[in-house]
Amino acid sequence: MAGRVVTITSGKGGVGKTTLTANLGAALAMRGQRVVVIDADVGLRNLDVMLGLENRIVYDLVDVIEGRCRLRQGLVRHKQLPELYLLPAAQTRDKSAVQPEDMVRICDELRGDHDVVLIDSPAGIEQGFRYAMEPADEIIIVTNPEVSAARDADRVIGLIEAEEKGPARLVINRLEPSMVSKGHMLGVADVVELLAIDLIGVVPEDSNALIAANRGQPLALSNNRSRAGHAFHNIAGRLLGEEVDFQPLRQPRVFERLLRFVSPERS
Amino acid sequence: MGFLDRLFSRQEPPSGRVAKDRLRLVLTQDRAGISPALLETLKDEIITVISRHLDVDVQCVQVSVTQSGRESSLVADIPLRHRQGVREG
Ligand SMILES: Nc1ncnc2c1ncn2[C@@H]1O[C@H](COP(=O)(O)OP(=O)(O)OP(=O)(O)O)[C@@H](O)[C@H]1O
Ligand SMILES: [Mg+2]
Repeated sequence: MAGRVVTITSGKGGVGKTTLTANLGAALAMRGQRVVVIDADVGLRNLDVMLGLENRIVYDLVDVIEGRCRLRQGLVRHKQLPELYLLPAAQTRDKSAVQPEDMVRICDELRGDHDVVLIDSPAGIEQGFRYAMEPADEIIIVTNPEVSAARDADRVIGLIEAEEKGPARLVINRLEPSMVSKGHMLGVADVVELLAIDLIGVVPEDSNALIAANRGQPLALSNNRSRAGHAFHNIAGRLLGEEVDFQPLRQPRVFERLLRFVSPERS
Repeated sequence: MGFLDRLFSRQEPPSGRVAKDRLRLVLTQDRAGISPALLETLKDEIITVISRHLDVDVQCVQVSVTQSGRESSLVADIPLRHRQGVREG
C-alpha cells in the first residue's frame, strides 16, 4: 500500500509544529512504520536540530528539487531509529525555491518506500504553507489554548475547507490542566467546540520539551516517558487508526506522584 | 479594591471564560467577514426597509451572526408593534 502524506501546520508560529513532527516521526518509527519527515521551513531549518541530526546533513530539499542530488541521497537516517529519515530544509535559500509541484513529485516518490511522510510546514498562510499543503492526504493543525493561536488555526481550517483538502484534525499543544481547572485557560472542549474540527490529540505543557530540544532527543524516544511523550505516542496511535482514549488531563494528585516516585514505570 | 468592595462586588469572570467569549466573537467576524460596524449598518438598513411596510419596534431590533459548527447565519430579530385597536389576523 502506498504511504500517506500528513502535513502539520498551524497558521500562528511557535505553537509546536516542529516539536510535534519530530515526536510523531519518532513515535511512528517506534511502531515499525517507515517514516520520512520533511522540513519544509526553507530558510529556517529546525527539524534537524530537534532530531539531533544537524551534523549529518549533506544535501537538502532544494538540492533535491534542483537536481544536485537524488532524493535518496538527501535523506538523513536517524541514529537510533533506522526506519526514520529526515529530508532537511535548505538554510541558505528562501521559500520561493520550492513550488507546490516539487513537493508533490517528492512525496509521490517517497510514498513507494515509506508508510508515512510527515511535512513540517512553515508558519503563516503564504507560499510555504501552500507548498507544504499541496501533497497532503491528511492534515494536522497545531494550536495552543489561546485566543490568538486558535484564531489563526481557524483561518487555516477555512483555507483547507475552501480548497477541499483534508481531512484535518486538531492537536492542542501546551495545555496546562491546572490553569484550566482554575478557569484561567481555554479548555479542550472550548477550543474544539469553537473550531468545530476533530481532535487527534492534546499535549500538556511540559518542561521536558525544552530539555529534549536541548539534547536533540525527541521526548517520544525516551524510556521513562514524560506526560508530553505519552501524548505524542497517543497521537501516533490515533493516526494509525487505533482507538486511544482521551484521558482527562489534570495535575496528578500528591498521592499519585508518590506512587510514581515509588514505581516509575506507572507514569 | 477595599474589603467591603471585594465582599459585595461580583467577581470578575475567570480569564478562561473571557478568552472563550472573545475567541467566539473574532471567529464569527473572521469567518463571515462581518465586522461589528457592518452589523450596525445592516441593522440600520434592515430597519429602514422593513419600516416602509411595517411598524418596527426600533429599540428592540437585533441583528447578529450565529454559528452552527463552522456554518454562519445572519439572524435578524425584528419585533413589530401592533397597531392600536386593530387585532392581527
Ligand atoms: N508541549 C510543550 N511544552 C513545553 N514547551 C513546548 C511544548 N511544545 C513546544 N514547546 C516549545 O515551544 C517552542 C516552539 O516549538 P516549535 O519550534 O516546535 O514550534 P513551531 O510551531 O515549529 O515554530 P515555527 O512556527 O517557528 O516553526 C520550542 O521552544 C519548544 O520547545
Ligand atoms: Mg517549526
